[in-house]
Amino acid sequence: MASAVLKLVETPVGTLPENVVAPQPLRLALPVAAPVAVVPRSALQLWLDARAAAILPPLIMLVVLLGVWQALCSAPDARFPSPIKVWTESHDVIVHPLKGVSFDAGKIKVADGADVGILVHIATSLERVAIGYSLAAVAGIALGVLIGSSLFAFRALDPLFQVLRTVPPLAWLPLSLAAFQQANPATVFLIFITAIWPIILNTAVGVQTIPAAYRNVAKVLALSRPQYFFKIMLPASVPYMFTGLRIGVGMSWLAIVAAEMVQGGTGIGFFIWDSYNSSLLTDTIVALVYIGLVGFALDRIVAFVGRRIAREG
Amino acid sequence: MKQRSYLALEGIGVTFATRNGPFVALQNIDLNVERGELVALIGHSGCGKSTLLNVIAGLTKASTGVIFLDGQVVDAPGPDRAVVFQDHSLLPWLTVAENVALAVDKVFAATLNRAARRDLVMHNLELVHMAGNAAKRPAELSGGMKQRVGIARAIAVKPRLLLMDEPFGALDALTRANLQDMVMELQASQGSTVVMITHDVDEAVLLADRVVMMTNGPAATIGEDLAVKLARPRHRLEIADTSGYVGARTDVLRFLYERFSHPGEKAA
Repeated sequence: MASAVLKLVETPVGTLPENVVAPQPLRLALPVAAPVAVVPRSALQLWLDARAAAILPPLIMLVVLLGVWQALCSAPDARFPSPIKVWTESHDVIVHPLKGVSFDAGKIKVADGADVGILVHIATSLERVAIGYSLAAVAGIALGVLIGSSLFAFRALDPLFQVLRTVPPLAWLPLSLAAFQQANPATVFLIFITAIWPIILNTAVGVQTIPAAYRNVAKVLALSRPQYFFKIMLPASVPYMFTGLRIGVGMSWLAIVAAEMVQGGTGIGFFIWDSYNSSLLTDTIVALVYIGLVGFALDRIVAFVGRRIAREG
Repeated sequence: MKQRSYLALEGIGVTFATRNGPFVALQNIDLNVERGELVALIGHSGCGKSTLLNVIAGLTKASTGVIFLDGQVVDAPGPDRAVVFQDHSLLPWLTVAENVALAVDKVFAATLNRAARRDLVMHNLELVHMAGNAAKRPAELSGGMKQRVGIARAIAVKPRLLLMDEPFGALDALTRANLQDMVMELQASQGSTVVMITHDVDEAVLLADRVVMMTNGPAATIGEDLAVKLARPRHRLEIADTSGYVGARTDVLRFLYERFSHPGEKAA
């Protein structure tokens, strides 16, 4: 009964809470809703309502977009594949993302070579990003603290950083390949050199803008330099550091795809290039979706960690 | 030879270098404060009273003169001169207890064990009636509560001198009265020596043993030094219409508004 969840009901004498018995007009023979106990919305229902309100609009948008895409690309001579064509032609890529991975006695074995599932390519790319980005985070925060706390170091290094940060990631690749001679370390270096600039510059701003009030507290307490570093400087500049780390992780993910497209072998960038060369445009589209989702997840993970650390100090 | 006071400022002057040449902020300041005394510094805004407090704290270097505290020259900041800042300056990422513990752990690292330091933190939070909020963060507290924690952090390190920079300037009148009473209680029980900046005439006369009035800057100096001869403990209602209170209040007002009226008002 639909009225069971409503708190108010229309009665012949006006809107009343449904557990209130309306005075029955004598001359009308209309049936009046029997008094029903009000059922409060449970916490679970309220949570589901809130989720639905957040998820429904993007879901509707997605369906509309897919519909328009399908309508535009469903002509027999369309050059661009429609969503249904993506599903049928790339079925193998979509349903077997872990091709080439075998679980043998609790050990994960990955087949060598390029003919592996898309998640294996993504894992390869993520591994390179993880190494390059971690190195960039450590070095970037250290350099940021240095130029943030020393005016001399700032004057000496900031012009250099400002110039180098505008160099596009791929422009480093020839130098990187020449220096490392191997594809994998060269790519890792590319990630490092891409991610480090926003981390350095944001950390430096965070350290430079520590409020005078906090510095005065440190001076009055006569904190030593290490104490100042750990108790005041780091916690005060954590929000800025994570702004840099967040920009850095996004740029790393941009750079890894470009780097792998150029130098080939393995990784999600290579997968895209390979599918284009094999005229498998539908595979490219599947890869794009994966890249977008992984990039989104990386950004949210760094933002989440930053919020947790800032709250706990 | 004359015995030096507990806190003695001798010929203090501060000159700042600015784009338009040197700016003399303070000049020829001689001030003596005895042990256990509460001295209020009063003056119009911009007269350099905060600069003077920062010089005593060691946060600003004096261009001339010397400061003695208990016979020793002081010229750098240190926890023996604790400061209660106007904006409380609590660290937002630490809880109330951790803010006080930062000071206690630094000062008593060598002399007290961990448990004793923890007890000292809680004892001082009890003194300012904030023990129940020890686990909260500053953002969860009202302005008055934050300043109570600021005071607890300052007194917890048992400073030789307590410096307060307009500690209640940002608070509403009722909260301010409440905290003033608390400062009087604390000073009576701890025997602290206090130098306090204020621009509130009633606050100065109610709390202070002496009201030190500063002339207007630039080149501000001490214009008058008035002893407030009111018995302690003082209760704001009981002393409000005594001749001692009214007389002191009138003297301060006369200094501030007749002899050294605010530079902006004089021009108008």
